[in-house]
Amino acid sequence: MMEDLHDLYQDLILDHNRRPRNKRLVIDADRKAEGYNPLCGDRVTVYVKVDGDRVVDVAFEGSGCAISTASASLMTESVKGKTLTEAKSLFRRFHGLITGEAEESRDGPGLGKLEVFSGVCKFPARVKCATLAWHTVNAALNDERDPVKTE
Amino acid sequence: MTSAVSQSTRKSPPATGRLDVRRIREDFPILDTKVNGRPLVYLDNAATAQKPRIVLEAMDRYYREQNANVHRGVHHLSVVATKAYEDARLRVQRFIGAECPQEIVFVRSATEAINLVAQSYGRPRLRAGDEIVISAMEHHSNIVPWQMLCGQTGAILRVAPIDDAGELMLDGYEALLGPRTRLVSLCYVSNALGTINPVGEAMELAHARGIPVMLDGAQAAPHLRLDVRALDCEFLAITGHKLFGPTGIGVLYGKRSLLEAMEPYQGGGDMIKSVTFEKTEYNDLPHKFEAGTPNIAGTIGLAAAIDYVERIGLEAVAAYEDGLLRRATEVLSAIPQVRIIGTARHKAAVVSFVVDCAHAHDVGTVLDLEGIAVRTGHHCAQPVMDRFGVPATARASMAFYNTMEEIDALADGVRKVVKMFG
Repeated sequence: MMEDLHDLYQDLILDHNRRPRNKRLVIDADRKAEGYNPLCGDRVTVYVKVDGDRVVDVAFEGSGCAISTASASLMTESVKGKTLTEAKSLFRRFHGLITGEAEESRDGPGLGKLEVFSGVCKFPARVKCATLAWHTVNAALNDERDPVKTE
Repeated sequence: MTSAVSQSTRKSPPATGRLDVRRIREDFPILDTKVNGRPLVYLDNAATAQKPRIVLEAMDRYYREQNANVHRGVHHLSVVATKAYEDARLRVQRFIGAECPQEIVFVRSATEAINLVAQSYGRPRLRAGDEIVISAMEHHSNIVPWQMLCGQTGAILRVAPIDDAGELMLDGYEALLGPRTRLVSLCYVSNALGTINPVGEAMELAHARGIPVMLDGAQAAPHLRLDVRALDCEFLAITGHKLFGPTGIGVLYGKRSLLEAMEPYQGGGDMIKSVTFEKTEYNDLPHKFEAGTPNIAGTIGLAAAIDYVERIGLEAVAAYEDGLLRRATEVLSAIPQVRIIGTARHKAAVVSFVVDCAHAHDVGTVLDLEGIAVRTGHHCAQPVMDRFGVPATARASMAFYNTMEEIDALADGVRKVVKMFG
């Protein structure tokens, strides 16, 4: 059983939970979106700065479980420096990884560090924890104004 | 053919003061389940309780041998089904000490019972500026129906405060009772905190001002004896599935004079005496509030569950569960990273807690992998979470089939959480 537990809570996830990266307010963000998981009450705000079609800064604020905090943290590291198109593609492929859906959605370059979340698909109750920050950054990239809900 | 109610008492747990928990556990087939290769430790009884075999058998027997619609037709099965349904009503009446079966309305849940009172009692009577008083520890089901009623009538919802232990502050509550207060609705036992409210005192204060009181007894029924005449509440809501019965069946108790004066909640079959396109004459109590084909099997299962619980004895249950509560409080308090939310002097066997290094959902997942089922989240009581400044808690809620060993397994699981996230 502890094997399953460590499949989910891999060291990288525990590390990003303890020391989340880019967890800060960005006052001059170009785009901002809010995400909410009504099931558990997790809230996240994602800030994005864009230069041309490139994401030059991403940060988040909020509180949540280890999976959602680590996912938000790793999301910021992955999205920073990407073009808008690359970032949205990354969101789709990450979503495919977490939900265990069609492999084709994961075509393209490997997900790198994000593969650490591959264990989440075995825990259906926790999928939304891993995808909240990603849905939220996707909304920010699309400049959507309504808060994102995972329900 | 005898009714399902009397048949359902064939196999009974011992009616002694001390519980034979090992034998009781044999009555609950699901407790043999393995989860992630471990024996299930079911500590989510406040969400829903497990069902003893006699409940399953009574419902199965109904569908196999007695199924027909009730209050319709003269054929044999319809007569049998109607008797079983009305016997279940008598069983509930005796269980809560109501004066007559007309005071027992079958609904689908405690939630529906509260909505029924809000809409049938409250809506025609309340005017703009009137007030409804609830407490800060209510389940959403005892908040939202009143908010909806306030939206419809212009009435105002007042919320009685609770203290840091999770106890109702009676002076703050009393201060809210005024000339415009039309109804008080309080939980007897808090689902999120386990607090047993001083409903006797709260009702005295309301009744002294002529204010009727509704009690949400959903969490109380599995732990405490409910006697509506001793309590003297105007309305009481209970639900079957937390009382070891099936889901989809609940009970509204109301004082007869009040129910008589209320308009029906829903229209349809069974709630009428006569219908023409010009005018409909409503049926008598309690059928006036039971439009449509009811959950017949649910009432039969509920009656069997009540038989089961009464055989064990709620006094014995309360004493045994108090031991579980004390053990759970002790072993969890001994873990430095754990903070118990809800430390009222009078509590049902519910322990809500947070682990300072881990979110409730992470606690829940780690425990689940140990086979331990607890509820994590806001427990449909977000204002309670806000009151204590936590986004969510983990909640272990016990029943009479839980053991001290299971409580110790919970503590071991929480120590694993601390080791992993600390």
